[in-house]
Amino acid sequence: MTDRMADRPHLAVIGAGPAGLAATLAAAGRGVRVTLVDSAAEAGGQFYRQPATGLGARRPQALHHQWRTWERLRDGLAAHIAAGRVTHLTDHHVWSVERQSDTSGTTSGASDTTGVFAVHALLGPEQEESVAVRADAVLLATGGYEKVLPFPGWTLPGVLTAGGAQAMLKGGLVLPGRTAVVAGTGPLLMPVAVGLASAGAKVAALVESADPKAFARHARVLAAHPGKLAEGARYAAELARHWVRAHVRHTVVAAHGTGRLEAVTVAALDGAGRVRAGTERRIPCDTLAVGHGMLPHIDLAEALGCGLDGAGVAVDDEQRTDVPGVWAAGETTGIGGAVLSLAEGNIAGLSIAARLNSRTPDRSWYASAAKARAGLREFFAVVDSVYAPPAQWAEQVTDDTVVCRCEEVPAAAIREAVDELGAGDVRTVKLLTRAGMGWCQGRMCGPAVAGLAGCAATPSRRPFARPVPLGVLAREPGQIQ
Amino acid sequence: MPRSPLELVHARPGPAFTLTFDDREITVLPGQTVAAALWSAGITSWRTTRGSGEPRGVFCGIGVCFDCLVTVNGRTNQRACLVRAEPGDVIRTQEGTGHHD
Repeated sequence: MTDRMADRPHLAVIGAGPAGLAATLAAAGRGVRVTLVDSAAEAGGQFYRQPATGLGARRPQALHHQWRTWERLRDGLAAHIAAGRVTHLTDHHVWSVERQSDTSGTTSGASDTTGVFAVHALLGPEQEESVAVRADAVLLATGGYEKVLPFPGWTLPGVLTAGGAQAMLKGGLVLPGRTAVVAGTGPLLMPVAVGLASAGAKVAALVESADPKAFARHARVLAAHPGKLAEGARYAAELARHWVRAHVRHTVVAAHGTGRLEAVTVAALDGAGRVRAGTERRIPCDTLAVGHGMLPHIDLAEALGCGLDGAGVAVDDEQRTDVPGVWAAGETTGIGGAVLSLAEGNIAGLSIAARLNSRTPDRSWYASAAKARAGLREFFAVVDSVYAPPAQWAEQVTDDTVVCRCEEVPAAAIREAVDELGAGDVRTVKLLTRAGMGWCQGRMCGPAVAGLAGCAATPSRRPFARPVPLGVLAREPGQIQ
Repeated sequence: MPRSPLELVHARPGPAFTLTFDDREITVLPGQTVAAALWSAGITSWRTTRGSGEPRGVFCGIGVCFDCLVTVNGRTNQRACLVRAEPGDVIRTQEGTGHHD
Protein backbone atom coordinates (compact mmCIF):
# COMPACT_ATOMS: atom_id res chain seq x y z
CA MET A 1 0.00 0.00 0.00
CA THR A 2 1.35 3.36 -0.94
CA ASP A 3 1.20 6.16 1.58
CA ARG A 4 1.56 9.28 -0.47
CA MET A 5 1.04 12.30 1.73
CA ALA A 6 -1.22 13.89 -0.88
CA ASP A 7 -3.56 10.87 -0.71
CA ARG A 8 -4.12 11.23 3.00
CA PRO A 9 -7.28 12.94 4.21
CA HIS A 10 -6.59 16.61 4.84
CA LEU A 11 -7.53 18.56 7.94
CA ALA A 12 -7.27 22.32 8.28
CA VAL A 13 -6.76 23.41 11.90
CA ILE A 14 -7.48 27.09 12.48
CA GLY A 15 -5.56 28.40 15.47
CA ALA A 16 -2.21 27.20 16.88
CA GLY A 17 -3.01 27.61 20.58
CA PRO A 18 -3.34 24.69 23.01
CA ALA A 19 -6.52 23.27 21.41
CA GLY A 20 -5.29 23.55 17.83
CA LEU A 21 -1.89 22.07 18.67
CA ALA A 22 -3.33 19.15 20.64
CA ALA A 23 -5.68 18.35 17.77
CA THR A 24 -2.90 18.68 15.21
CA LEU A 25 -0.68 16.22 17.09
CA ALA A 26 -3.52 13.73 17.66
CA ALA A 27 -4.69 13.78 14.03
CA ALA A 28 -1.24 13.85 12.41
CA GLY A 29 -0.20 10.91 14.58
CA ARG A 30 -3.06 8.90 13.11
CA GLY A 31 -2.54 9.31 9.39
CA VAL A 32 -4.15 12.68 8.73
CA ARG A 33 -2.37 15.37 6.73
CA VAL A 34 -2.78 18.61 8.68
CA THR A 35 -2.45 22.22 7.65
CA LEU A 36 -2.23 24.39 10.75
CA VAL A 37 -3.30 27.94 9.92
CA ASP A 38 -2.49 30.65 12.45
CA SER A 39 -2.26 34.42 12.54
CA ALA A 40 0.88 34.61 14.69
CA ALA A 41 4.51 34.32 13.66
CA GLU A 42 4.97 31.35 15.99
CA ALA A 43 2.75 28.64 17.42
CA GLY A 44 1.44 28.90 20.98
CA GLY A 45 -1.69 31.03 20.80
CA GLN A 46 -2.26 33.54 23.57
CA PHE A 47 -1.52 31.19 26.47
CA TYR A 48 1.82 29.98 25.12
CA ARG A 49 2.71 33.18 23.25
CA GLN A 50 6.49 33.12 22.75
CA PRO A 51 8.97 36.00 22.73
CA ALA A 52 10.04 36.92 19.20
CA THR A 53 13.08 34.84 18.23
CA GLY A 54 15.27 37.89 17.70
CA LEU A 55 14.90 38.80 21.37
CA GLY A 56 17.03 35.79 22.32
CA ALA A 57 15.12 34.83 25.48
CA ARG A 58 17.07 32.07 27.20
CA ARG A 59 14.49 31.56 29.96
CA PRO A 60 11.10 32.24 28.33
CA GLN A 61 9.49 29.89 30.87
CA ALA A 62 9.86 32.66 33.48
CA LEU A 63 6.76 34.22 31.84
CA HIS A 64 4.82 30.97 31.57
CA HIS A 65 3.01 28.21 33.40
CA GLN A 66 2.86 24.55 32.41
CA TRP A 67 6.06 24.92 30.41
CA ARG A 68 6.65 21.14 30.10
CA THR A 69 3.34 20.84 28.27
CA TRP A 70 4.44 23.56 25.87
CA GLU A 71 7.74 21.77 25.20
CA ARG A 72 5.84 18.59 24.39
CA LEU A 73 3.51 20.44 21.99
CA ARG A 74 6.33 22.41 20.38
CA ASP A 75 8.57 19.37 19.87
CA GLY A 76 5.69 17.23 18.64
CA LEU A 77 4.75 19.87 16.09
CA ALA A 78 8.36 20.17 14.90
CA ALA A 79 8.60 16.39 14.42
CA HIS A 80 5.39 16.25 12.36
CA ILE A 81 6.49 19.21 10.26
CA ALA A 82 9.88 17.56 9.60
CA ALA A 83 8.11 14.36 8.56
CA GLY A 84 5.89 16.28 6.14
CA ARG A 85 2.68 15.39 7.96
CA VAL A 86 1.95 18.93 9.11
CA THR A 87 2.24 22.23 7.28
CA HIS A 88 2.27 25.25 9.59
CA LEU A 89 1.11 28.45 7.90
CA THR A 90 2.16 31.38 10.10
CA ASP A 91 0.97 34.99 9.69
CA HIS A 92 -2.21 33.69 8.02
CA HIS A 93 -5.31 35.50 9.24
CA VAL A 94 -8.36 33.40 8.39
CA TRP A 95 -11.31 35.53 7.35
CA SER A 96 -13.69 32.93 5.98
CA VAL A 97 -14.28 29.18 5.85
CA GLU A 98 -16.46 28.07 2.98
CA ARG A 99 -18.20 24.74 2.84
CA GLN A 100 -18.41 23.81 -0.82
CA SER A 101 -21.26 21.58 -1.88
CA ASP A 102 -19.19 19.96 -4.65
CA THR A 103 -17.84 16.68 -3.24
CA SER A 104 -15.99 15.57 -6.35
CA GLY A 105 -12.24 15.61 -6.12
CA THR A 106 -12.10 14.85 -2.43
CA THR A 107 -9.23 12.56 -1.59
CA SER A 108 -10.48 11.09 1.61
CA GLY A 109 -13.16 8.66 0.60
CA ALA A 110 -15.16 10.89 2.86
CA SER A 111 -18.60 10.01 4.01
CA ASP A 112 -21.35 12.45 4.88
CA THR A 113 -19.44 13.34 8.04
CA THR A 114 -16.95 15.41 6.07
CA GLY A 115 -17.11 18.06 3.43
CA VAL A 116 -14.96 20.04 1.07
CA PHE A 117 -13.79 23.27 2.58
CA ALA A 118 -11.92 26.33 1.44
CA VAL A 119 -10.18 28.21 4.23
CA HIS A 120 -9.45 31.79 3.15
CA ALA A 121 -6.61 33.61 4.89
CA LEU A 122 -5.06 37.04 4.53
CA LEU A 123 -1.27 37.10 4.52
CA GLY A 124 0.78 38.98 7.08
CA PRO A 125 -0.21 42.03 9.05
CA GLU A 126 -0.57 44.08 5.84
CA GLN A 127 -3.38 41.74 4.75
CA GLU A 128 -3.61 42.72 1.13
CA GLU A 129 -3.31 39.24 -0.33
CA SER A 130 -5.43 36.18 0.34
CA VAL A 131 -4.79 32.48 -0.12
CA ALA A 132 -7.13 29.51 0.12
CA VAL A 133 -6.47 26.12 1.71
CA ARG A 134 -8.72 23.25 0.64
CA ALA A 135 -9.46 20.55 3.21
CA ASP A 136 -11.76 17.60 3.89
CA ALA A 137 -12.41 18.69 7.47
CA VAL A 138 -11.92 21.81 9.57
CA LEU A 139 -11.17 22.27 13.24
CA LEU A 140 -12.05 25.68 14.64
CA ALA A 141 -9.66 26.43 17.50
CA THR A 142 -9.88 30.20 17.34
CA GLY A 143 -9.72 30.87 21.09
CA GLY A 144 -11.17 33.89 22.78
CA TYR A 145 -10.68 37.56 23.47
CA GLU A 146 -11.21 39.79 26.44
CA LYS A 147 -14.38 41.57 27.39
CA VAL A 148 -13.98 45.05 28.87
CA LEU A 149 -16.89 47.11 30.15
CA PRO A 150 -16.56 50.89 29.82
CA PHE A 151 -15.95 53.44 32.57
CA PRO A 152 -15.00 57.12 32.43
CA GLY A 153 -11.47 57.47 31.09
CA TRP A 154 -11.15 53.95 29.66
CA THR A 155 -10.04 55.29 26.25
CA LEU A 156 -6.95 57.01 27.69
CA PRO A 157 -3.63 55.63 26.42
CA GLY A 158 -2.21 53.53 29.25
CA VAL A 159 -5.55 51.78 29.80
CA LEU A 160 -5.45 48.41 28.09
CA THR A 161 -6.84 44.92 28.43
CA ALA A 162 -5.25 42.63 31.02
CA GLY A 163 -4.65 40.04 28.30
CA GLY A 164 -3.16 42.72 26.05
CA ALA A 165 -0.63 43.71 28.71
CA GLN A 166 0.27 40.03 29.06
CA ALA A 167 0.51 39.49 25.30
CA MET A 168 2.84 42.46 24.85
CA LEU A 169 4.95 41.23 27.75
CA LYS A 170 5.18 37.62 26.57
CA GLY A 171 5.71 38.44 22.89
CA GLY A 172 7.66 41.68 22.89
CA LEU A 173 9.20 41.64 26.40
CA VAL A 174 7.90 45.14 27.03
CA LEU A 175 5.89 46.88 29.72
CA PRO A 176 3.45 49.73 29.06
CA GLY A 177 4.70 51.76 32.02
CA ARG A 178 6.23 51.66 35.49
CA THR A 179 3.26 51.55 37.84
CA ALA A 180 0.28 49.39 37.03
CA VAL A 181 -3.14 48.72 38.47
CA VAL A 182 -4.69 45.41 37.43
CA ALA A 183 -8.47 45.48 37.65
CA GLY A 184 -11.78 43.97 36.64
CA THR A 185 -12.79 40.43 37.36
CA GLY A 186 -11.78 36.88 36.53
CA PRO A 187 -9.03 34.32 36.87
CA LEU A 188 -6.79 36.14 34.37
CA LEU A 189 -6.10 39.08 36.70
CA MET A 190 -3.81 37.24 39.12
CA PRO A 191 -1.42 35.81 36.50
CA VAL A 192 -1.31 39.19 34.75
CA ALA A 193 -0.47 40.99 37.99
CA VAL A 194 2.20 38.40 38.82
CA GLY A 195 3.63 38.64 35.30
CA LEU A 196 3.88 42.43 35.34
CA ALA A 197 5.38 42.45 38.84
CA SER A 198 7.95 39.76 38.10
CA ALA A 199 9.01 41.66 34.96
CA GLY A 200 9.81 44.75 37.01
CA ALA A 201 6.61 46.80 37.05
CA LYS A 202 5.27 48.12 40.32
CA VAL A 203 1.74 46.72 40.66
CA ALA A 204 0.05 49.28 42.91
CA ALA A 205 -3.17 47.28 43.31
CA LEU A 206 -5.10 44.26 42.13
CA VAL A 207 -8.76 45.27 42.06
CA GLU A 208 -11.28 42.42 41.78
CA SER A 209 -15.02 43.11 41.79
CA ALA A 210 -15.98 39.58 42.82
CA ASP A 211 -15.44 38.02 46.21
CA PRO A 212 -13.40 34.82 45.86
CA LYS A 213 -14.87 33.72 49.21
CA ALA A 214 -17.90 32.78 47.13
CA PHE A 215 -15.85 29.75 46.03
CA ALA A 216 -16.56 28.28 49.47
CA ARG A 217 -20.13 27.59 48.38
CA HIS A 218 -18.77 25.15 45.83
CA ALA A 219 -16.64 23.03 48.13
CA ARG A 220 -17.49 19.75 46.40
CA VAL A 221 -16.32 20.94 42.98
CA LEU A 222 -13.22 22.59 44.44
CA ALA A 223 -12.27 19.43 46.33
CA ALA A 224 -12.18 17.62 42.99
CA HIS A 225 -9.59 20.12 41.69
CA PRO A 226 -6.76 20.30 44.22
CA GLY A 227 -4.40 21.39 41.43
CA LYS A 228 -6.51 24.47 40.74
CA LEU A 229 -6.54 25.40 44.43
CA ALA A 230 -2.77 25.03 44.59
CA GLU A 231 -2.46 27.24 41.50
CA GLY A 232 -4.56 29.94 43.15
CA ALA A 233 -2.49 29.71 46.32
CA ARG A 234 0.72 29.98 44.30
CA TYR A 235 -0.46 33.16 42.61
CA ALA A 236 -1.53 34.60 45.95
CA ALA A 237 1.91 33.86 47.40
CA GLU A 238 3.59 35.45 44.37
CA LEU A 239 1.45 38.57 44.76
CA ALA A 240 2.43 38.77 48.43
CA ARG A 241 6.10 38.36 47.53
CA HIS A 242 5.83 41.36 45.19
CA TRP A 243 3.87 43.37 47.79
CA VAL A 244 0.81 43.57 45.58
CA ARG A 245 -2.29 44.53 47.52
CA ALA A 246 -5.47 42.79 46.43
CA HIS A 247 -8.75 44.66 46.89
CA VAL A 248 -11.70 42.29 46.47
CA ARG A 249 -15.25 43.57 46.03
CA HIS A 250 -13.72 46.77 44.65
CA THR A 251 -13.93 48.35 41.23
CA VAL A 252 -12.25 51.06 39.17
CA VAL A 253 -14.81 53.83 38.81
CA ALA A 254 -12.73 56.14 36.62
CA ALA A 255 -9.37 56.58 34.92
CA HIS A 256 -7.82 60.05 34.94
CA GLY A 257 -5.22 61.84 32.88
CA THR A 258 -4.56 64.33 30.14
CA GLY A 259 -3.40 62.62 26.97
CA ARG A 260 -2.44 59.55 28.96
CA LEU A 261 -3.31 57.71 32.16
CA GLU A 262 -2.12 59.33 35.39
CA ALA A 263 -4.35 57.76 38.08
CA VAL A 264 -7.43 55.66 38.71
CA THR A 265 -10.19 56.00 41.27
CA VAL A 266 -11.00 52.75 43.03
CA ALA A 267 -14.02 52.20 45.29
CA ALA A 268 -15.60 49.44 47.35
CA LEU A 269 -18.77 47.67 46.24
CA ASP A 270 -21.80 46.94 48.39
CA GLY A 271 -23.75 43.68 48.41
CA ALA A 272 -25.88 44.81 45.45
CA GLY A 273 -22.84 45.56 43.29
CA ARG A 274 -23.10 49.34 43.73
CA VAL A 275 -20.22 51.67 44.54
CA ARG A 276 -20.25 52.49 48.25
CA ALA A 277 -20.25 56.26 48.56
CA GLY A 278 -17.29 57.68 50.41
CA THR A 279 -14.96 54.73 49.73
CA GLU A 280 -13.40 56.26 46.61
CA ARG A 281 -9.61 56.40 46.62
CA ARG A 282 -7.20 57.68 44.00
CA ILE A 283 -4.23 55.51 43.02
CA PRO A 284 -1.51 57.09 40.84
CA CYS A 285 -0.48 54.80 37.96
CA ASP A 286 0.56 54.98 34.31
CA THR A 287 -0.95 51.61 33.36
CA LEU A 288 -4.36 50.09 33.96
CA ALA A 289 -4.67 46.47 32.82
CA VAL A 290 -8.38 45.76 32.92
CA GLY A 291 -10.64 42.87 31.93
CA HIS A 292 -14.09 41.56 32.77
CA GLY A 293 -13.81 38.00 31.50
CA MET A 294 -13.36 36.35 28.14
CA LEU A 295 -15.54 35.78 25.10
CA PRO A 296 -15.14 33.00 22.52
CA HIS A 297 -14.21 33.86 18.91
CA ILE A 298 -17.16 32.40 17.00
CA ASP A 299 -17.26 34.36 13.73
CA LEU A 300 -16.03 31.55 11.49
CA ALA A 301 -18.38 29.05 13.13
CA GLU A 302 -21.35 31.37 12.77
CA ALA A 303 -20.64 32.06 9.11
CA LEU A 304 -20.53 28.27 8.55
CA GLY A 305 -23.92 27.97 10.24
CA CYS A 306 -22.72 26.12 13.36
CA GLY A 307 -25.14 26.15 16.28
CA LEU A 308 -24.17 27.91 19.49
CA ASP A 309 -24.36 26.86 23.12
CA GLY A 310 -24.40 30.03 25.20
CA ALA A 311 -21.60 32.28 23.96
CA GLY A 312 -19.58 29.43 22.43
CA VAL A 313 -19.87 26.95 19.58
CA ALA A 314 -22.03 23.92 20.40
CA VAL A 315 -20.19 20.59 20.16
CA ASP A 316 -21.02 16.95 20.85
CA ASP A 317 -19.00 14.40 22.83
CA GLU A 318 -16.46 14.16 19.97
CA GLN A 319 -16.16 17.97 19.67
CA ARG A 320 -18.15 17.93 16.42
CA THR A 321 -20.24 20.98 15.61
CA ASP A 322 -23.61 20.44 13.98
CA VAL A 323 -22.12 21.20 10.55
CA PRO A 324 -20.70 18.00 9.01
CA GLY A 325 -16.93 18.13 8.68
CA VAL A 326 -16.51 20.98 11.17
CA TRP A 327 -15.09 20.36 14.64
CA ALA A 328 -14.43 22.95 17.36
CA ALA A 329 -12.21 22.83 20.44
CA GLY A 330 -10.86 25.11 23.13
CA GLU A 331 -12.19 28.49 24.14
CA THR A 332 -14.20 28.91 20.93
CA THR A 333 -16.61 26.38 22.53
CA GLY A 334 -16.63 28.23 25.88
CA ILE A 335 -14.04 29.76 28.17
CA GLY A 336 -12.21 27.19 30.27
CA GLY A 337 -8.46 27.70 30.13
CA ALA A 338 -5.52 25.95 28.52
CA VAL A 339 -5.84 22.53 30.14
CA LEU A 340 -9.45 22.14 29.05
CA SER A 341 -8.44 23.32 25.57
CA LEU A 342 -5.78 20.60 25.40
CA ALA A 343 -8.29 17.90 26.37
CA GLU A 344 -10.85 19.13 23.83
CA GLY A 345 -8.24 19.43 21.09
CA ASN A 346 -6.98 15.93 21.76
CA ILE A 347 -10.49 14.48 21.56
CA ALA A 348 -11.22 16.44 18.38
CA GLY A 349 -8.02 15.20 16.72
CA LEU A 350 -8.81 11.56 17.53
CA SER A 351 -12.37 11.94 16.31
CA ILE A 352 -11.29 13.62 13.07
CA ALA A 353 -8.69 10.94 12.33
CA ALA A 354 -11.31 8.24 12.73
CA ARG A 355 -14.11 10.00 10.87
CA LEU A 356 -11.92 10.98 7.93
CA ASN A 357 -11.16 7.28 7.52
CA SER A 358 -14.87 6.44 7.71
CA ARG A 359 -14.56 4.90 11.15
CA THR A 360 -16.45 5.60 14.35
CA PRO A 361 -14.10 6.56 17.17
CA ASP A 362 -14.20 4.30 20.20
CA ARG A 363 -14.89 6.33 23.32
CA SER A 364 -12.30 4.30 25.24
CA TRP A 365 -9.58 5.97 23.10
CA TYR A 366 -10.25 9.27 24.74
CA ALA A 367 -11.81 8.29 28.07
CA SER A 368 -9.20 10.07 30.20
CA ALA A 369 -9.39 13.26 28.13
CA ALA A 370 -13.18 13.15 28.37
CA LYS A 371 -12.97 12.77 32.14
CA ALA A 372 -10.61 15.76 32.38
CA ARG A 373 -12.94 17.72 30.10
CA ALA A 374 -16.01 17.00 32.23
CA GLY A 375 -14.22 17.98 35.43
CA LEU A 376 -12.77 21.19 34.03
CA ARG A 377 -16.07 22.26 32.49
CA GLU A 378 -17.68 21.80 35.90
CA PHE A 379 -14.88 23.78 37.54
CA PHE A 380 -15.13 26.66 35.07
CA ALA A 381 -18.90 26.81 35.50
CA VAL A 382 -18.13 27.60 39.15
CA VAL A 383 -15.44 30.13 38.15
CA ASP A 384 -17.98 31.77 35.88
CA SER A 385 -20.53 32.02 38.69
CA VAL A 386 -18.02 33.50 41.16
CA TYR A 387 -16.33 36.09 38.94
CA ALA A 388 -18.66 38.78 37.68
CA PRO A 389 -18.44 42.49 36.92
CA PRO A 390 -20.23 44.72 39.44
CA ALA A 391 -23.96 44.13 38.98
CA GLN A 392 -24.58 47.88 38.66
CA TRP A 393 -21.56 48.70 36.43
CA ALA A 394 -23.74 50.69 34.04
CA GLU A 395 -24.46 53.27 36.77
CA GLN A 396 -20.80 54.29 36.65
CA VAL A 397 -20.88 54.94 32.91
CA THR A 398 -21.40 58.70 32.64
CA ASP A 399 -23.28 60.06 29.61
CA ASP A 400 -20.11 61.42 28.04
CA THR A 401 -18.17 58.13 28.38
CA VAL A 402 -17.27 56.75 24.95
CA VAL A 403 -18.75 53.26 24.68
CA CYS A 404 -17.98 52.33 21.06
CA ARG A 405 -14.27 53.08 20.84
CA CYS A 406 -14.12 52.86 17.03
CA GLU A 407 -17.05 55.15 16.17
CA GLU A 408 -16.69 57.28 19.33
CA VAL A 409 -20.31 56.78 20.40
CA PRO A 410 -20.99 58.10 23.93
CA ALA A 411 -23.26 56.40 26.43
CA ALA A 412 -25.73 59.28 26.06
CA ALA A 413 -26.40 58.32 22.43
CA ILE A 414 -27.11 54.70 23.38
CA ARG A 415 -29.41 55.75 26.21
CA GLU A 416 -31.21 58.16 23.91
CA ALA A 417 -31.69 55.44 21.29
CA VAL A 418 -33.39 53.26 23.89
CA ASP A 419 -35.25 55.81 26.02
CA GLU A 420 -36.34 58.29 23.38
CA LEU A 421 -36.20 56.49 20.06
CA GLY A 422 -37.55 53.19 21.36
CA ALA A 423 -34.73 50.86 20.25
CA GLY A 424 -35.41 47.45 21.77
CA ASP A 425 -32.47 45.40 20.54
CA VAL A 426 -28.75 45.78 19.90
CA ARG A 427 -29.17 45.87 16.13
CA THR A 428 -31.51 48.86 16.26
CA VAL A 429 -29.20 50.65 18.70
CA LYS A 430 -26.37 50.05 16.23
CA LEU A 431 -28.34 51.43 13.29
CA LEU A 432 -29.34 54.52 15.26
CA THR A 433 -25.99 55.28 16.90
CA ARG A 434 -23.28 53.53 14.80
CA ALA A 435 -22.13 51.74 17.98
CA GLY A 436 -20.50 48.52 16.77
CA MET A 437 -20.08 49.62 13.15
CA GLY A 438 -16.37 50.36 13.25
CA TRP A 439 -13.17 48.46 12.59
CA CYS A 440 -13.58 45.96 15.42
CA GLN A 441 -17.12 45.12 14.25
CA GLY A 442 -18.56 45.52 17.72
CA ARG A 443 -16.27 43.03 19.43
CA MET A 444 -15.10 45.59 22.00
CA CYS A 445 -18.38 47.39 22.71
CA GLY A 446 -20.92 44.61 22.09
CA PRO A 447 -21.44 43.53 25.73
CA ALA A 448 -21.44 47.15 26.95
CA VAL A 449 -23.99 48.32 24.38
CA ALA A 450 -26.27 45.42 25.27
CA GLY A 451 -25.86 46.11 28.99
CA LEU A 452 -26.54 49.84 28.68
CA ALA A 453 -29.49 49.27 26.38
CA GLY A 454 -30.87 46.61 28.70
CA CYS A 455 -31.21 44.01 25.95
CA ALA A 456 -29.69 40.61 25.27
CA ALA A 457 -26.18 40.48 23.81
CA THR A 458 -27.15 38.64 20.65
CA PRO A 459 -24.08 37.58 18.69
CA SER A 460 -23.78 39.83 15.66
CA ARG A 461 -23.35 37.81 12.50
CA ARG A 462 -20.38 39.01 10.56
CA PRO A 463 -19.93 37.85 6.97
CA PHE A 464 -16.16 37.79 7.46
CA ALA A 465 -14.16 37.19 10.61
CA ARG A 466 -12.00 40.26 10.00
CA PRO A 467 -11.99 43.29 7.72
CA VAL A 468 -11.10 42.22 4.17
CA PRO A 469 -9.79 44.64 1.53
CA LEU A 470 -12.19 44.99 -1.40
CA GLY A 471 -9.37 44.09 -3.79
CA VAL A 472 -9.08 40.68 -2.12
CA LEU A 473 -12.79 40.02 -2.52
CA ALA A 474 -12.58 40.92 -6.20
CA ARG A 475 -9.64 38.60 -6.94
CA GLU A 476 -9.51 34.84 -7.23
CA PRO A 477 -7.42 33.65 -4.31
CA GLY A 478 -4.16 31.78 -4.69
CA GLN A 479 -4.42 28.07 -3.83
CA ILE A 480 -2.36 26.17 -1.33
CA GLN A 481 -2.89 22.44 -1.30
CA MET B 1 14.44 40.67 41.59
CA PRO B 2 14.43 41.32 37.81
CA ARG B 3 14.00 44.96 36.88
CA SER B 4 12.88 44.39 33.28
CA PRO B 5 11.20 41.74 31.13
CA LEU B 6 14.47 41.21 29.24
CA GLU B 7 16.27 40.50 32.49
CA LEU B 8 13.51 38.15 33.67
CA VAL B 9 13.90 35.84 30.67
CA HIS B 10 17.71 36.23 30.44
CA ALA B 11 17.38 37.72 26.96
CA ARG B 12 20.35 38.14 24.67
CA PRO B 13 18.74 40.08 21.84
CA GLY B 14 20.23 40.33 18.38
CA PRO B 15 21.72 43.66 17.27
CA ALA B 16 19.39 46.63 17.79
CA PHE B 17 18.38 48.81 14.86
CA THR B 18 16.65 52.14 14.42
CA LEU B 19 13.47 53.44 12.90
CA THR B 20 11.78 56.82 13.09
CA PHE B 21 8.52 57.78 14.76
CA ASP B 22 7.33 61.25 13.68
CA ASP B 23 10.95 61.99 12.66
CA ARG B 24 12.33 60.96 16.05
CA GLU B 25 14.87 58.14 15.95
CA ILE B 26 14.01 55.10 18.07
CA THR B 27 16.11 52.06 18.92
CA VAL B 28 14.38 48.72 18.42
CA LEU B 29 15.23 45.12 19.31
CA PRO B 30 14.83 42.54 16.55
CA GLY B 31 11.47 40.78 16.46
CA GLN B 32 9.53 43.46 18.30
CA THR B 33 6.28 44.73 16.89
CA VAL B 34 5.84 48.42 16.12
CA ALA B 35 3.78 48.71 19.33
CA ALA B 36 6.48 47.05 21.44
CA ALA B 37 9.12 49.30 19.86
CA LEU B 38 7.12 52.43 20.64
CA TRP B 39 6.41 51.29 24.21
CA SER B 40 10.13 50.69 24.72
CA ALA B 41 10.72 54.32 23.76
CA GLY B 42 8.09 55.44 26.27
CA ILE B 43 5.49 56.24 23.62
CA THR B 44 1.96 55.05 24.42
CA SER B 45 -0.19 56.79 21.80
CA TRP B 46 0.20 57.06 18.02
CA ARG B 47 -3.24 57.74 16.65
CA THR B 48 -5.85 60.45 17.05
CA THR B 49 -9.50 59.58 16.56
CA ARG B 50 -11.55 60.79 13.58
CA GLY B 51 -14.20 62.52 15.69
CA SER B 52 -12.74 64.22 18.73
CA GLY B 53 -9.06 63.79 17.94
CA GLU B 54 -8.35 61.83 21.12
CA PRO B 55 -5.06 59.97 21.41
CA ARG B 56 -5.10 56.16 21.29
CA GLY B 57 -2.56 53.36 21.50
CA VAL B 58 -2.59 49.66 22.40
CA PHE B 59 -5.84 48.40 23.86
CA CYS B 60 -6.38 44.68 23.17
CA GLY B 61 -2.79 43.92 22.16
CA ILE B 62 -3.83 40.93 20.02
CA GLY B 63 -5.18 42.45 16.81
CA VAL B 64 -8.88 42.46 17.66
CA CYS B 65 -9.72 46.06 18.61
CA PHE B 66 -7.99 48.12 15.87
CA ASP B 67 -7.31 50.92 18.36
CA CYS B 68 -3.53 50.87 17.76
CA LEU B 69 -3.72 51.84 14.07
CA VAL B 70 -0.67 53.68 12.80
CA THR B 71 0.92 54.71 9.51
CA VAL B 72 3.93 52.56 8.60
CA ASN B 73 6.03 53.54 5.57
CA GLY B 74 3.12 55.49 4.16
CA ARG B 75 0.59 52.68 4.63
CA THR B 76 -2.27 53.79 6.84
CA ASN B 77 -4.36 51.73 9.27
CA GLN B 78 -1.65 49.21 10.23
CA ARG B 79 -2.16 47.47 13.56
CA ALA B 80 0.94 48.35 15.57
CA CYS B 81 0.45 45.29 17.81
CA LEU B 82 0.78 42.93 14.81
CA VAL B 83 3.21 44.61 12.40
CA ARG B 84 6.82 43.72 13.03
CA ALA B 85 9.22 46.68 13.16
CA GLU B 86 11.91 46.66 10.47
CA PRO B 87 15.14 48.67 10.23
CA GLY B 88 14.55 52.08 8.70
CA ASP B 89 10.76 51.99 9.08
CA VAL B 90 9.12 55.39 8.92
CA ILE B 91 6.29 55.38 11.46
CA ARG B 92 3.90 58.29 11.71
CA THR B 93 1.09 59.20 14.05
CA GLN B 94 -2.13 58.54 12.23
CA GLU B 95 -4.61 61.38 12.38
CA GLY B 96 -8.21 60.31 11.83
CA THR B 97 -8.46 57.93 8.90
CA GLY B 98 -4.90 58.76 7.90
CA HIS B 99 -6.17 60.11 4.61
CA HIS B 100 -6.45 63.81 3.95
CA ASP B 101 -10.19 64.16 3.92
